[in-house]
Amino acid sequence: MSGNAKTEAIRAESIVKRFGSVLALNGVSIRVERGETLGILGDNGAGKSTLIKILTGFHQPDSGQVFVNGTPVTLNSVDHARSLGIECVYQDLALVNTLSVYHNMFLNRELRKPFLGLLDHAEMRRQAAAALDDIGVGVPSVRAEVARLSGGQRQAIAVARAVHTNARILLLDEPLAAMGAREAGLIIDLIDRLRSRGDIAIAMIAHNYAQTLDICDRVVLVQHGEITFESHSTETSVEELLEVVRREYRAARRA
Amino acid sequence: MSTNSGRAGGAQAAAPAAAGLRGLRHAVSGFLVWREASVILVAVLLILYFELTNANFLTNANIVTVSQFVAAPAIIACGEIMLLICKEIDLSAGQTFALAPFLVYFGAKFGLPVIPAILVALLICASIGLSIGLITVLLDVPSFVTTLGAFFLITGITLTISRGFPATPPGGHVLAGILGAFGYSEIIWAFLIVFGTHVLLRHTRWGLHTSATGGNELAAAEAGINVKRIKVGNFILVAVLAGFTGIIEAYRVGSNDPLAGGANMMFFGVASGVIGGTALTGGSGTIIGGLIGAIVLGVLQDGFTLQGINAFLFDGIIGAAILIAMIVNIRLALWQRGTVR
Repeated sequence: MSGNAKTEAIRAESIVKRFGSVLALNGVSIRVERGETLGILGDNGAGKSTLIKILTGFHQPDSGQVFVNGTPVTLNSVDHARSLGIECVYQDLALVNTLSVYHNMFLNRELRKPFLGLLDHAEMRRQAAAALDDIGVGVPSVRAEVARLSGGQRQAIAVARAVHTNARILLLDEPLAAMGAREAGLIIDLIDRLRSRGDIAIAMIAHNYAQTLDICDRVVLVQHGEITFESHSTETSVEELLEVVRREYRAARRA
Repeated sequence: MSTNSGRAGGAQAAAPAAAGLRGLRHAVSGFLVWREASVILVAVLLILYFELTNANFLTNANIVTVSQFVAAPAIIACGEIMLLICKEIDLSAGQTFALAPFLVYFGAKFGLPVIPAILVALLICASIGLSIGLITVLLDVPSFVTTLGAFFLITGITLTISRGFPATPPGGHVLAGILGAFGYSEIIWAFLIVFGTHVLLRHTRWGLHTSATGGNELAAAEAGINVKRIKVGNFILVAVLAGFTGIIEAYRVGSNDPLAGGANMMFFGVASGVIGGTALTGGSGTIIGGLIGAIVLGVLQDGFTLQGINAFLFDGIIGAAILIAMIVNIRLALWQRGTVR
């Protein structure tokens, strides 16, 4: 699992998606490699979420093709995408607040004892603690109720769970929204560590240009259902991104 | 950020000199992190109060009486707690409670031996729970409304088939004794069912998925849990437990009463759960807490009866006592979590 041999994890070619008369995606192509983090920027309603939902199998494209590990696939459901190692982590939907950290980590994949099939709490605690340690997520105790943890810790646990259950293509829907600097730092560190493992491809929707350029290897800008800008993070700047957005905004106003 | 994940409360004090004191402190703090701690404290205080003010409180005869106050709400609470945890409620449990002994009675009258008649009655209760559950989850009717409808519907059925008259439960002395007529049999059933439901909630996937469903239905469904199945299953559980309680209560009293149970029984079950720490908002609850909640309610009823409280004032005193006991309980629980302000 070396990080230097970059290979394609997921690719979407010329994706078109309509909802009635609304053209949500008009021929969008993206590609994320193993060990790479892609930032997807854009206004509300630009089509970012539709794109992510096509990659998770929630929506099916009207035309275009998705490739996983270079093989063309038709993602017909969320479960199907998950079975191929594609997992989306949503900020609010991910965890059950009233359950402990380790119960959340093993939700619906519980470990059981041979005796009557009762839950093996001790083994789940041990494995959950090991999995969290492994990717460097610190929590006071795996027994703690998730409700008592901070937003950043919750998000980190949701990501850790996805990785623990073999997700190799991680889609993060606004992982840094509504987080203070310290909390955001927690997630940024986690994303960095996952990237350095080299075997996980990450695509994240984000709003903060500076943060995104900082975290991601590459960024794409989605506007009115098309990718209008694409660059390596080191080769662009917040100013350039803003200029692209400003140009589009002026054009839209004139029209 | 500390990273000593999941090793809380493991160490044991070993130095012989300070071991005793440290052991005690360990036990006390261990007790206080236990969720049911505050309600246990309230129950103990109430028992002490009634024992100190009344010579007959902790006598065998009175303990039997208290146990009979406690048993039925404790069993109903087991079912209601499971439902409350997955964010539903069954208002009709007290009605199923009244119907079930008549189902046994008519089963026996149609020639079934008593035990098969009981099993058939419980099967019918299960189908009531199934219908309530399906209407709730498939038609998206809030369970408060579904079970309010069922509340009146089942009363109507019980009154119609009984024609409003009581009946004598069928079967010999031994069976009647095992089911409820022997002084302690009802509370023994209650303990068995509490134990079983506790294991169900804490040590099986069903219980964990019930908590997940009530805690965050979307997240549970996202993880692949069939939340509708969980809810329907728990509606069936409540109905069967309520029916069974109605049957053993009928054997204890020696008569089927078409007006037994009702809203009172259901509210005692729900109240036992809530007093024991089950949240009305779903996602968390404890069966053991429900049992202790039922003990608190039973002790209050029995204790004030022994003290010869004026019959007209009785409900008022019970109400005030429940309020005071619960204020103490909630303040204790907040203090124990260190969130008191």
